[in-house]
Amino acid sequence: MPVTPLLQDGPSRPARFDLSALWRAIRPRSPGAVIVTALLLLGAWIMVFPFIWMVSSSLKPTNEVFDPVFTIIPKTFAGLGNYYSVLFDQPYPRFLLNSLIVCVGILVVQLVTAIPAAYALAKLKFRGSTILFGTVVASLTIPINVTSIPLYIGIVKAGLLDTHVAMMFPFFISVFAIFLFRQFFRTFPDSIIQAARIDGFSEMEIVLRLILPSAVPAIAAFSVFSFVAHWNDLYWPLIVVQSQDKMTATLSMMQYQQEFYTDYGKTFASATVVTAPMVVAFLLARRHFIRGITMTGVKG
Amino acid sequence: MAAATATTASPLQRAQARLAYWLVAPATLLILLIYIVPIAMVIAASLTDYTLVSDYFEFVGLDNYRRMATDDQFGNALHNTFVFAAMFLPAAFVVSLVLAIAIQERKQFRSILEVLYFLPVTSTLAAMALVWAALLDSRQGVINSAIAALGLPPLNFLGSQDLVLFSLALISLWSTIGFNMVLFLAGLTAIPKNLYEAAAIDGADHPLDRFFKVTWPMLGPTAMFVAITTSITAFKLFDVVAIVTRGGPDKASEVYLYLAFLEGFEYFNMGYSAALSLVFLLLILVFAIIQAVVVDRRVHY
Repeated sequence: MPVTPLLQDGPSRPARFDLSALWRAIRPRSPGAVIVTALLLLGAWIMVFPFIWMVSSSLKPTNEVFDPVFTIIPKTFAGLGNYYSVLFDQPYPRFLLNSLIVCVGILVVQLVTAIPAAYALAKLKFRGSTILFGTVVASLTIPINVTSIPLYIGIVKAGLLDTHVAMMFPFFISVFAIFLFRQFFRTFPDSIIQAARIDGFSEMEIVLRLILPSAVPAIAAFSVFSFVAHWNDLYWPLIVVQSQDKMTATLSMMQYQQEFYTDYGKTFASATVVTAPMVVAFLLARRHFIRGITMTGVKG
Repeated sequence: MAAATATTASPLQRAQARLAYWLVAPATLLILLIYIVPIAMVIAASLTDYTLVSDYFEFVGLDNYRRMATDDQFGNALHNTFVFAAMFLPAAFVVSLVLAIAIQERKQFRSILEVLYFLPVTSTLAAMALVWAALLDSRQGVINSAIAALGLPPLNFLGSQDLVLFSLALISLWSTIGFNMVLFLAGLTAIPKNLYEAAAIDGADHPLDRFFKVTWPMLGPTAMFVAITTSITAFKLFDVVAIVTRGGPDKASEVYLYLAFLEGFEYFNMGYSAALSLVFLLLILVFAIIQAVVVDRRVHY
């Protein structure tokens, strides 16, 4: 009597192509579980749909974007024209470069200033360390939106408006990074540091050769958080950037407020270009991203 | 530990302290320039009528704060922010908790589901806001096509004063549930399995019993944490408003941060905007203090 492998329960008869093993792996446990899984997949489809719609629309000519019936595959393929005009008629390479300069610049200065300070706060004794750490913790609660006015006035007075420095300056120090790295360094055993000192390591060597390598996971997680946060930031560039020349990719989205209803295909091609770097990076390094970004919760 | 005395310090300790000063010097200088001095300046500016347009200004005492009490814009922005939060907060909390519990029990698809729900968190909200504006379009949007297919009249999601905050809550929900879900998943994973077994022996077999007897009490600190961070997210609503609605229609979506932004950087009423920022900081501090007090107590129980 022929029994289809899919209905087999258990390993009694090895199926061709080992379908039964596959079935055992994905077999639902109860009707309820099937329904829940189906609902979760439906929910996931809703979460992802805006991305699918965006990419699909970026490949369509303007008159097809708002067709009454949405099709994922464009009827008329206009992707080349849309992306060509985004990348070459508009300074998108410039916008992406500005975003990159700002994100990398911020991250490098944050790491260079936070790591030594965090090490000193975690492992060295000095007068004022309690006050400094208290200030760091207090500053954790202050968002950029509160200090933006004096920072802006300062930047105007210094003649730095519309420069990369102005776009980066308020983020050169991350009190969050100091806090995070200090907590991390504190767990590093003192006995190893003492042993290294006895072996003639200077404090600098201790930081660079012992502490830093041990902190790589924390540094990686923070780097992802910082990079994503500043890539996606709209608020501060909106305040200090004036010329198209300094526009970040995210800020460039503001241009479509007015011309939103003129060229849909191009609008969503640029939206795709702006979102793609973070989405692709996320898909490539999922664990790091989820770790790095949920860490922000600590900011409170 | 902090009781290092300077008088009896050994040469090594003194060398260490000297090095420590060098290590913290750059960070300290930047904290002064980026946090301490600006905060002092915001407080000072909030007592003046400074406008940036002219360098002449006067101290006006608490006038900027008094103005808030009678300012319709301020009342409107506060009202909009709270209405938005009232819709967004419960949904962002409950939906992500239910999602986390459901996903945690999956044997299959778990990691792919996690990735798909988290995807909006990393995406650039400013760009995705444009996509949402198109999806929610009153005449041609996909969502209204679906509503029409059900035989219902179209909804003017972003153009109607009654619906705009709801639509913003919807978009914000989409962009944050993945984040909250991951936090809840971490909290759920930390609950020891034997607690559920013990509860089962006590007769708590029904999933709801299990939830209220074990999951919810054990999830306390995580839940608090999610509630606080989500509240702060709600009060920081800015990007979607700036890109899509610009506070409209007729100021129906002018939320707190957007008003502070307009006052400071569009109308250059720096003094008034500074006062608005400080009130915003107070609001954030309330949450930070609740977190510090409640979470600390919960952790030690």
